[in-house]
Amino acid sequence: MNATETLTFKEKLLVHFEQQLPTLNGDTTLRRDAALRFAAIGFPNRKTEDYKYINPEAVLKSGFGFRTEMMRGVTANDIKEFTLVKGAVVIVIINGIYNEELSITDHLGQGITVLGISEAMNSNEVAKQHYGKYAKSIADPFIALNTALNNGGVFIHIEKKVSNKVPIQILNISDNEVASFFQPRNLIVSEEFSEAIVIESYESIGPVKSFTNGVTEVFVAANAKLDHYRLQTEGDAAQQINTLNAAVCGNSLYNTYTFTLGGHFVRNNLNILFTEKNGEAHLYGLYPLTGSQIVDNHTVVDHAVPNCMSNELYKGVVNEKATAVFNGKIFVREDAQKTNAYQTNRNILLSDDASVYTKPQLEIYADDVKCSHGTSTGKVNEDAMFYLQARGIGKESARALLIRAFAEEVVDQVKIEELREYIDCRIDRILK
Amino acid sequence: MISIKNLHASVDGKEILRGLNLEVKAGEVHAIMGPNGSGKSTLASVLAGKENYEVTAGEVTFNGKDLLDLSPENRAREGIFLAFQYPVEIPGVSNINFLKTAINEIRTYKNLPPIEPKAFLAMVKEKQKLVELDGKLTGRSVNEGFSGGEKKRNEIFQMAMLEPTLAILDETDSGLDIDALRIVANGVNQLRDPKRSFILVTHYQRLLDYIVPDFVHVLYNGRIVKSGPKELALELEEKGYDWLKSESVEA
Repeated sequence: MNATETLTFKEKLLVHFEQQLPTLNGDTTLRRDAALRFAAIGFPNRKTEDYKYINPEAVLKSGFGFRTEMMRGVTANDIKEFTLVKGAVVIVIINGIYNEELSITDHLGQGITVLGISEAMNSNEVAKQHYGKYAKSIADPFIALNTALNNGGVFIHIEKKVSNKVPIQILNISDNEVASFFQPRNLIVSEEFSEAIVIESYESIGPVKSFTNGVTEVFVAANAKLDHYRLQTEGDAAQQINTLNAAVCGNSLYNTYTFTLGGHFVRNNLNILFTEKNGEAHLYGLYPLTGSQIVDNHTVVDHAVPNCMSNELYKGVVNEKATAVFNGKIFVREDAQKTNAYQTNRNILLSDDASVYTKPQLEIYADDVKCSHGTSTGKVNEDAMFYLQARGIGKESARALLIRAFAEEVVDQVKIEELREYIDCRIDRILK
Repeated sequence: MISIKNLHASVDGKEILRGLNLEVKAGEVHAIMGPNGSGKSTLASVLAGKENYEVTAGEVTFNGKDLLDLSPENRAREGIFLAFQYPVEIPGVSNINFLKTAINEIRTYKNLPPIEPKAFLAMVKEKQKLVELDGKLTGRSVNEGFSGGEKKRNEIFQMAMLEPTLAILDETDSGLDIDALRIVANGVNQLRDPKRSFILVTHYQRLLDYIVPDFVHVLYNGRIVKSGPKELALELEEKGYDWLKSESVEA
């Protein structure tokens, strides 16, 4: 019998770390500190406030290895099929590892650099300067774990004054032979006066279980603009903890769009920090859920400086036995006068077995601010149903029309038509 | 067209309609008047099939069919149209998409193919003129951000599009200024047809100056206590409802 079989998953991870460390690029000290941090705190469980409604430990207990071999083998045709916007740059990450060969970078504009994160940490000064600054191991065990173990993912650098309208898609695909645990790590740096669109997408092939612990760090320099889309469309065998930490500088605009359209277990940690005055951020989210999906969106907007604006709109449609969690924290620090911060979370429950846990958390320490929050969870509006039926529209189509309309408020925010159509298509499929 | 016999209906266990009888023939316009709480709007809702209204006795036959046996959507497909007293705002559903869906579901029910997009748009253009509805409004979400008058005009516009055989107007005049009232009434009058009947539910005689009914009925305590020609409305305007209340108590 293999000696490691009696170890807990946490212990296996630490053994794996020691074995891997000599082969991993980048700052060894940072990795060691991260591993120590993870060793000290371990996985969160139900007693951990931030992971109260979902239990990653229970999911991970069922056993995941670390092999990254492909099961079916991803082909150029797959990449074509998974490409969301025609003519986009497509960066392919398979089982957590950057695949340069399958990536499509022909349309990569001037002044934009794409490098595998491992290579970037060896050779790129900008990457070294920003890496680990916005997602810190101390904040969360999954960040610690990713920081210790990552060797996939990419670094994207958009240079000063570069305006790039061609979307850059980071296409993550799980195609694993055995149940595996992946740790992709991305870093996106938008320099001053630049403009770019990044789309992260998550796909899975085949029935083998996977668990992706992804961390993406984003730096939006002063006067820059970044639209950041995330489309999570994995299958039922896929689990994911997705951490996105962004630092937003002065006069810049950072928009995030999180569409959770698949995956059995998805936890999104989205943390946005304003570091200079007049920053603006929009956070949009949509999660239409079915089956026994568990989707948890935890967002934090930290108004650490004055005169910034944040606007958050998350919506969910929860069917069958699915569970949705929304936790939205907004901090307005003592100095952050003239802050505008808005948050809305709305949910429609379509079944008696579905659950929604929603919690807005506003902590405001400044006095000259405009902040609001609202949450609602309910069924489809009965008056609207009757109105539609009274015009000859059948009950089922009336319901579908209303749910679609509910979701459209978020989908409408997507600025790329092709992407909007694709999302609508996926939503229709889920709601059927 | 429609025959209502001894209709009893309750909301939350409280009986509102208590043996209502009404017969409407093709092409006729009937006005139902009465004081607040007499059951006017309940009658409109029961005929359209609103869920929380429970029919406890009586029968309603619509063109030979048992109306009470039909779902709200099938009543609409059979030709009943309710112009709502309070039209519902439905953000995210465009007026156009909504109407097209409605028309096509009605056509499917009648074993007709879906309407040609071109014919549909031509129809929209023509019918919105009827109630002087701004083309921009038809492109927006159903009733969202519409003024009270625009909402009521939109109801009549929908009626014109769906071409019902029986239209029930539930206090369509409420909340309308005189100009809006004239536009709405004008729209309704243009839709009058020997094959189409109307039930006008109203609290005030004012509407009947513009849409002249064939018959006027007074509803009180869930029953029709008096029926007469259009002149009855004027009498009600003059005397109020009190004289009828005492009359019905005696009866």
